[in-house]
Amino acid sequence: MKKILSGNEAIARGAMEAGVRFASAYPGTPSTEILETIAKEFPQIHAEWTPNEKVALEVAAGASYAGARALAAMKHVGVNVAADPLMTLPYTYIRGGLVLVSADDPDLFSSQNEQDNRNYARFAKIPMMEPASSAEAKDFVKAAYRLSEEFSTPVMLRTTTRISHSKGIVELGEPEDPAEASLERHPAEWVMLPANARRRHPVIEDRLKRLTDFSNSSRFNFIEINDTSMGIIASGAAYQYAREAFPDASFLKLGLSYPIPDLLVREFAAKVKDLWIVEELDPFIENQVRELGIECHGKDRIPLCGELSPDIVRDAVLGAEKKGAKPLNLPVRPPNMCPGCPHRGILWALKKNKCFIAGDIGCYTLGFLPPLDAIDTCLCMGAGINHAHGMSKVLGDGKKKIAAVIGDSTFFHSGMTGLLNLAYNRGVALIVILDNRTTAMTGAQDHPGTGVTLDGSKNIDIDMEGLVRALGINWVQSIDPYDVAMARQKVKEALEQDGPAVIISSAPCALLPSRKVPGVPLRVDADKCTGCKVCLAIGCPSIEFKDKKAIILDTCTGCGICKAICPFDAIGGDV
Amino acid sequence: MNVIMAGVGGQGIILASDILTEVAMRHGYDVKKSEIHGMAQRGGSVMSHVRFSKQVFSPIIPRGECDILLSFEELETARYLEFLKPGAWIVINRYRLPPPTVSIGKEEYPDVEGIVREKTQRFMFVEADNIALSLGNRRVLNSVLLGVLSTLLEPDVATWEECIAVKLPEKVRDINIQAFRKGRETK
Ligand SMILES: Cc1ncc(C[n+]2csc(CCOP(=O)(O)OP(=O)(O)O)c2C)c(N)n1
Repeated sequence: MKKILSGNEAIARGAMEAGVRFASAYPGTPSTEILETIAKEFPQIHAEWTPNEKVALEVAAGASYAGARALAAMKHVGVNVAADPLMTLPYTYIRGGLVLVSADDPDLFSSQNEQDNRNYARFAKIPMMEPASSAEAKDFVKAAYRLSEEFSTPVMLRTTTRISHSKGIVELGEPEDPAEASLERHPAEWVMLPANARRRHPVIEDRLKRLTDFSNSSRFNFIEINDTSMGIIASGAAYQYAREAFPDASFLKLGLSYPIPDLLVREFAAKVKDLWIVEELDPFIENQVRELGIECHGKDRIPLCGELSPDIVRDAVLGAEKKGAKPLNLPVRPPNMCPGCPHRGILWALKKNKCFIAGDIGCYTLGFLPPLDAIDTCLCMGAGINHAHGMSKVLGDGKKKIAAVIGDSTFFHSGMTGLLNLAYNRGVALIVILDNRTTAMTGAQDHPGTGVTLDGSKNIDIDMEGLVRALGINWVQSIDPYDVAMARQKVKEALEQDGPAVIISSAPCALLPSRKVPGVPLRVDADKCTGCKVCLAIGCPSIEFKDKKAIILDTCTGCGICKAICPFDAIGGDV
Repeated sequence: MNVIMAGVGGQGIILASDILTEVAMRHGYDVKKSEIHGMAQRGGSVMSHVRFSKQVFSPIIPRGECDILLSFEELETARYLEFLKPGAWIVINRYRLPPPTVSIGKEEYPDVEGIVREKTQRFMFVEADNIALSLGNRRVLNSVLLGVLSTLLEPDVATWEECIAVKLPEKVRDINIQAFRKGRETK
C-alpha cells in the first residue's frame, strides 16, 4: 500500500517496521513529529519524552543493551547535549540496534545555528546515513538497524528540514517481530574504564575499515552513468536538487556518506570529466574525496551557508549571475508571542524595572523583538541563568539589575544545574521561571513539569517552589503574570535581595485548554484613548493603531495586560 | 505541475496542500510537497510547494518554474512572484491581514494588485472568505480555493471530492464539499 508521508512520519513508520521497541526524544524542530507519530500510531513501541537529549540517547542505549532495537531522535543542536554519551557509546557493545536520528536545519528555519551533524559521525567514528526522500527515510531506518547490529555500532541518520518536513509517496511494508529483551552482562565491553576502553579503541578503528568495505558494496551508494562530461557526488536533499538541475549528468549518490565508499568514488571519478560534490552545509563528502587525492569542485562554488535548491545548485555550477529581479520591499510577518501570552506581562515587568535580561530558548525569546525589546541574550538551552550569574559576579555587588528568564521545559532540560550553581556560588541575580505548563515553542509537548507522558498518563506532580528551594534558593515567590502591577512589585523586591532570587511566573500557555485568558475581546474607549501608544509597547498582535487611536481586534483574548498598563483607563471589558 | 499555496497561519493551507498531494497521487502521479511550518500559529507567513509529474526530484520548486500560485492572502501573493513561470496563473483570495508594522501604522499595506499586474495579466481574485461565510463557516475558505484550483488542473471532480472526504472529519465533510463546488463555479 502507498501512503503520502513526511520524512518524520516515514522514520516513525520505519522504526515500527524494523521492530523497534523503545523510542526517546526531546522535542526540537524539525525532529519533533518522529516521536509524536510513534506515540500516536504505533503504541506497541514504548515512546517517551525525556527531559533532554543526553537522557534520550542514554535511555535508548540502555534499551539496546537489554537487546531491544531503540531509537533516539533530536534536532541537530540536541546532539551537542547528547555528545558525551555519543562519543563513548561506539566503544561499547551495541546489542539491540541503536539509531540516533539527527534532524539538521540548514537555513535556520527555527534554530540558533546551522551546524552540520554529519561531522559527528566522523567524530564518533560511526556510520552516517542520509535519506533523500520520505521513501528512503523509511527504508534507511530499517537498514540502519541491520547495520547497527551487524557491526555492533550506533548508527546516525541525518535528515534536514526539507527531508523531515517534506512529504512524498512511501510504499508501506510489513513489520518485523521485535527482539525479546533479556539481561546479559558484558563488563569488558560495557564498563568503560581506561583499561577496557583502551582495548575497545582498536575495535572501532577496525570496524571503520570493515564499514568502508560495506560502504563500497552497499545498495545505498550507487552510480548512475549518463553524460560523463559531468559527474556529481551528492547526498540527501542536495542529491534531489542536483538531479533536477542537471538531469543529464552522471551521479554517484551516497546514502551512506560516512565512511565514504573509497573504491566507488575512485571508479566514478575515473569515469567522469568534471567531478562535482553537491552537498548542503559543510564540505563533508568533499573533504573525504580530497583525502583520497581526487580533485573536485565543491564549496569553491557551491554555497556553504544556508540551504540549497535546484536553482542555487544550477547557478553555482554554471557560474551564472544571480537573476537580478529587484527585491520587493514588503512588510514582513515576524513570528510573535500570541495574543494572551503570559510571557508578555512578566517581560514587561522586568523591563519596567530596567533589568538586563539574559534570555533562553522558547517562545519568550520572541520578546526580543521590538517594541518589547526585552531579551538581551540567547545562546543555547539553559545558558541564560549562567550568563546572569557570570555577569553579576564580575559586575559585583548586585547593584546592576541582572535577571534571567527561562521556560519551564528549558528549566527541566538544563536550567536546574545552572540554578544550583547560582545558589552554590552565592550569585546575585533574579531568575524568572516562565512556567506556562508546556513546551510551547515546539508545538506544546508535555515535560516533567506537567507530569504527563507521551501516552497521556499523569505520573508525577512537581512542586516547582519546593524544587527551587531544594536547589538551595531561599527567596522564591510565585506570581500571576497577568497581574502586572503585582509582577512589577515582586520583581522590584527580588532585585533588592542580596542573594539569588527566583520568581515563578505561573500561568498556562494561552493556547492550552487550561489557559487562564477568558477569550472575550477587550475594547478601547475612543473618548478616553489619547493615542499615547503605551499599550503598543507590549507588542500584542491584537492591538492596532489607526487614526491616532488604539483599536483592539477580535483576536484579543481579554488577558488584560494592556488594560493594566493603560495610563488613561481607556481599555475596558470583562476582566 | 508546480503549485505554490501561500497565506498566513490558521487559513488551512497545510490541509489544502495535503489534499492536493493526495489528489495527485490518486491520479497516478509521483508527488512531493514541502512547506515551512512551525511558527504558523504565531501569525507568520505559511507557504507550501506541491509538485507532481511522472517523477519528482526536488521537493521545492525552483524559482521561475511555478505554474500556479494559489494565494490565501493578498500581500502574501507578492512574496512569491519570482517563483512564477511565464504564463503562470495566480489565484488571489480577496482578504487582507495587515502585518504588525501596518497594524501599528508604521507601514502601508502594499498595492498588491498593482505589483501583480506589473508581472502578469493572468490573475484572478476570488471572494473565498465571503463564499465560506455564506456557507456558514469561514474556515472552509480553503476548500473554496481548492475548487478554483481544481478547474486549472487535470484530475477530475470525483477524485477531488474523494480526497476531501478522506482528509476531513465527518462533521465538516459536507460543508467542505459544498465549498469546493462553489469554488469550481467561480470564474
Ligand atoms: C538542545 C536543544 N534542544 C531543543 C531545542 C528546541 N527548543 C527550542 S525552545 C524549546 C523549549 C521551549 O519550551 P519552554 O522553555 O517551556 O518555553 P516556551 O516555549 O513554552 O515558552 C525547545 C525544545 C533547542 N533549541 N535546543
